[in-house]
Parts: sequence; C-alpha cells; structure tokens
Amino acid sequence: MSPAAPRQKYLALAVLLGPSLAGMFVFLMLPVASSLVLSFSNWDLIGEIQWIGLDNYVAALGDPVVLGALRNTLTYILGYLPATVGIALGLALLLNRRIRGRVVFRAIYFVPVVTSWVAVSLIWKWLLNPQYGLVNVALGWFGIKGPGWLFDPQWAMTGVILTSIWKDIGFVTVIYLAGLQDIPEHLYEAAALDGVTGWQRFWHITFPMLVPTTFFVTTISLISSFQVFDQVWVMTQGGPAGATSVMVELIYKNAFSYYRMGYASAISWVLFALIFAVTIAQHVLQKRVDRSDG
Amino acid sequence: MLRRTFTGLLLATALVTPALAEDVTIKYFTFSAAPNYLKELDATIAAFEAEHPGIKVEYETAGWDAYFTKLQTVVAARQAPDAFELNYENFVTYADKGALADLTPLIAADTGFSTDVYNPTALAAFAQDGKQFGLVESFSNVVLFYNKDLFDKAGVAYPTADWTWTEELEAAQKLTDPANGVWGDFAPIQFWEFYKTIAQNGGSILSPDKKTVTIDSPQNIETLTWMIDKVNKYKVTPSDVDMAGQSSEDLFKAGKIAMLRTGIWLLGDFAANAPFKWDIALEPGKTQKAHHFFANGVAVSATSAHPAEAYQWIKFLTSSRAAVDLRIAAGWELPAVSDAAAVQGYLDQPIPESREVVFQALDTAVVPPVIGNWNQLTDAVGKELEAAKLGQKTPEQALKDAKVAIEALL
Repeated sequence: MSPAAPRQKYLALAVLLGPSLAGMFVFLMLPVASSLVLSFSNWDLIGEIQWIGLDNYVAALGDPVVLGALRNTLTYILGYLPATVGIALGLALLLNRRIRGRVVFRAIYFVPVVTSWVAVSLIWKWLLNPQYGLVNVALGWFGIKGPGWLFDPQWAMTGVILTSIWKDIGFVTVIYLAGLQDIPEHLYEAAALDGVTGWQRFWHITFPMLVPTTFFVTTISLISSFQVFDQVWVMTQGGPAGATSVMVELIYKNAFSYYRMGYASAISWVLFALIFAVTIAQHVLQKRVDRSDG
Repeated sequence: MLRRTFTGLLLATALVTPALAEDVTIKYFTFSAAPNYLKELDATIAAFEAEHPGIKVEYETAGWDAYFTKLQTVVAARQAPDAFELNYENFVTYADKGALADLTPLIAADTGFSTDVYNPTALAAFAQDGKQFGLVESFSNVVLFYNKDLFDKAGVAYPTADWTWTEELEAAQKLTDPANGVWGDFAPIQFWEFYKTIAQNGGSILSPDKKTVTIDSPQNIETLTWMIDKVNKYKVTPSDVDMAGQSSEDLFKAGKIAMLRTGIWLLGDFAANAPFKWDIALEPGKTQKAHHFFANGVAVSATSAHPAEAYQWIKFLTSSRAAVDLRIAAGWELPAVSDAAAVQGYLDQPIPESREVVFQALDTAVVPPVIGNWNQLTDAVGKELEAAKLGQKTPEQALKDAKVAIEALL
C-alpha cells in the first residue's frame, strides 16, 4: 500500500458520497434546522419574522385541535399497526412455503408498496364509494348494507386504515420473509426429532426467532404511521367533521392554509419529540427482551 | 458616409431615449386564466404590449387548488411576481400583511384615468383604510338554476322573484321523485352556503364591526335547521351518501336535480351540456333576499421593482375595452366594469333566457365576513356545520361551539 492510498480513499468517498450528502444537507438538514428556528417565531410567510420564545409550544400543548388530531393519529395507529404486522406475518409464513406460483404471489403483494400513495388513495376512494363502490356492492351480496365509509365520521378512519394496511403489508411481508429465511433450518430439524409440530413449531421456534424482525417492522411502521398524511389528504382532507384530522394534516393546514408557519413548525417538533420518545422506549424494551432471552 | 451617419443616428437615439434601451418585463401570476382562457390572456397581453412599447408581460399560471400555496411560497422566498391575481378573501389577508403596493398615488398621478370605469362596490372590495391595494378584475355570483322540463313534468310553476323558502319547499316536495332518483332542491351544507343562507333570514356571523360573534343567534339556528331538514326531514335534497361523491352540477346536468343554487361560472357548461330546458332565477329568501358575491382582483407586489409598469398592466387587464371584450366573448367570468354597453354582449347570449338575473342579484349581494384568520375561521365553522349535518350535534350546539371557536380567532 502506498502512503497515498488513504487520501485517495477519502477522495473517492467525497466524490461518491458528496452529491447525496449535499442533497441531504440542502433538502433535509437545512429545512429541519430552519423549522426548529422558526418554531420560536410567529412567521406568517409573508410579513416579517417576530420571535416569540416558547409561546407556540405552550399554545400547541393546550390546543384542543392539536389534541384532537393526536387522538385521531393514535386511533389510526391502533387500527393500522397490529393488523399490518399481524397480516404481514401470516402472509410471510404462507409465502415462505414451497407453493406453486410463490414468486408471482410475492410480486402481487409487493405491487401496492411501489404504487404512488395518491393513486392508491384515489382507487380506494372509489372502492369505498357508498353507492357504487365495489366494497359495498360485495357486502350487498351477503345482504349487508355497507356504511357511508368516507362520508360517515364513524367509518371514515376505518376506510383510511384499510387502505393503508392494503398498501403497506407487502413491505412488512418482505422483511418478515427475510427474517424467516434467516432462521437456521437445523432448529426445525432438531424440533422435528423431538416430535414438535405445527403450532408449537411456530410458537417455540419461528416466533421467538422473529422477535428482532418484529421489533424492526414495528418501529419502522410506528414512525411512519405517526406521520400519516398522503392518504388522509387525498381521501378525506381530515373530514368528515374532523374525524380523520391527523397531526401532519394539521401541520400542513397551519403552514400553508392558515399562514402560521411558526406554529406549524412547533407542532412538527412536538410530533418529533413524541416519535423519538416512543422509539427510545421501544429500543429499551427490545434490549430488555434480548437480555431475558440470552 | 452613409454608415457613419447611421452610426451617429443610433448613438443619438441611444442618448436621447435611454428608457427604451431596455424593455421592462412584468411577471404576472394568475389562476383564473388556467387552463381554459390562456388564448384570451395571450391576446390581452399582445394588445397591451402593442399599446405600451417597452413593457413586456410574462405570465405563470396555476390551478385554483395550487395557486395560493405557490403564491405564498414565492412571496416567502422574496420572489413575488410583480402583479398577481387575488380573490377577495385572500386579498384581505395579503393586504393585512403588507404584501401589496398601495396603488392610490399611481391612480392619482394617472391623468385621464378615473376609477369610475369600475363597478364601485366591486372596486371598494379591494381597498383598505382608504387605500386602493388592487383593481377589481371580475366578479361572479350564485343564483337559482332550475330544470324547466322537470317543473313542467311535475306541473309546478317556475320560480319567481317573490318566492320564499316556503314556496321553494312546496315546489321541491312536488318535484322530488325517488323512483326516478330526482331530487327537488339542492344547496350544499358548508360554510359559504351558510353565510349566505343566514343572510336570507336576517342573520350574520359577525356584527358589522366584526367585533362580536353573532353566529349562534336564534334565526341562524332556525336557518341551519332548515338547511338540514331539507335533507333529513323533507328528503328533497340528497345527502352526501346519496350523492356518493358526484357533484351537484353533474347531477343537475343529468336531470336529477330540479333546483340548484350554484355559481354563474357554470352557465357556459350548462348551456353546452344540459340536454333540457333550464333557466335561472333569484334565490328565494326567508325574510329577505341575499346572494353571494365573489370578486377577483389584481394587485401589485409591495416588493416589485417596476410598480408603475405593473400598474399599467393590471389597469389594462381589468378595464381596457380590448380585455373586457375578450372576456365577455369567452365567458371568462364577468368584468367588473360600470359601462352597461360593455357587458351587453353577455346579456345577448341566448341561453339561459333570464341572464339579467345575474345583475339583479348584485342588488342583494353579501360579502363574506373576512377576518385576518380567514381560512381558520372557514375550517372551524365548516367542521361544526358538518357535525350538525351528520347529526353529531344539534344545530344549536354546533353554532354555540362555532361561536367559541371564532372568538378564539378574533
């Protein structure tokens, strides 16, 4: 190795990583930093900036609209997260078997993941149409009168959750499939010698071996579901009567409709703190689980 | 010799008229021209540039849904276009925030021009504290559209100017035909319809000085109850679930709605696409008449480097005969000019018969009670109206809650 090698290595690193780092700095770090700064102001986008200290944070934590959006976001997470992870695990188990057309099925379940949120939301808006939608027509075959879905405050969030589950299970399934393939075959062989079958096999080998995967997908899905926005904006815009008003939708409205960029920034940071706290809690929990296993 | 003279001439010209040496380019941003009236905008600009050598106009367009997000972003980035379109509600916000140039001195210095060319009510909408921050470009309003064929079939007399809600409901009940999916009457239950409908019953959202919230008055509760009863009790108006995402104008064109309160911006669409006889009338009221009035104006940015040239452009766009004629011919909203002869072309169009109703409705125009936090107010009240519509709250409770929400915004 010549002494020039390290320098060349750094040069190569700079050339290769430079563009993406520059992009990340301009389009991610800079806006993140600005939003933190702006959260202490009452900037309305048009006029001059005035600094108001912690007022935005104080207002946000006592604002019933923010708390309502937080409650709706938690409702969404409760409906979305366990179902997505549960269904994806089931699908992964099925798709991990040696069945005919396995590759085709895997591709089919992954298609919604790479489809744009706007397209998916528009399609589901049609599927959930109370008069002409396929969902209510199908329910009608069984003599069930379907609800008003996105027009009914009792059902609108369920509609959004169904759409999100449909779109996201493919992604979680793929990660579970990878997790399943990492489980050493000899564990099952040894268990088979001991006469372990079916449900026991899953409960005592597969599930414990998938705990790290489960933590991973739960964390990733939890973070993204706190930020639920696209499907809500396209399908309901937070309605009817605020039934699907969620945190990011509220941030968007404050920033771009109410001319309250400072307040919107403050709510963003409250949301960040919340996600950060939950993620840390999950991390600590995972460590504890790992330790009790080992 | 010849060449030397020519060079000398060029030099002399350059010295004498330095202003002509470089054209001034005005940037203009519009929503109303996109996507249907770009040809008319191009023609207006061509006429303007022919009349004002040395000023060029470049424009950008955005659809209504994206326009204001885009506008506030360029304003925030200190890259505001020299001139831009604003509807009345957003005009108030931008003027409040100091983003608009005061045109008063430019108008005063403009010899031979008088603001008398504009409809005074419409022009006044774009002034604040005695300063003119914009010129009125166009207006539109909402009237009662009705399907004559459905009226004939049901044997009901056509709406007249002296109809009240009572006659409207009686007719709607006769016109509603569930077997054929025909609804007698339609008006949406949302904020904009609400502030107009309460005015038809003598109500208001704010006191005239905009300091007291009056939204929960007994007559407003009565009005909201009436709006909801048409859906739930009398069943003459389709609910959201009944409509299932179809627009009221599509249902009207399909012959499924007999009476529809909607905007005159649909006149052209209906004239071309409604396969039955229809006409327009003044809206029935309860104790008095009230009609929507929506106006678009054009303003000059407070940060424009060429306010005088931008002013020339918006004056031409809003009041020149060339621009007015182009608008009328294309049905690109209605120019808010005072000269009756200028809008005669609009009245002369054959469908619908009673086009004069559009101008009669101006006599009872109500403007939205715009305050600084306007979009928050419309969202907050809209949410309460929706809760009442969906039966989650009584009209009384919804309006009480709306009052609390508005008071927090004032």
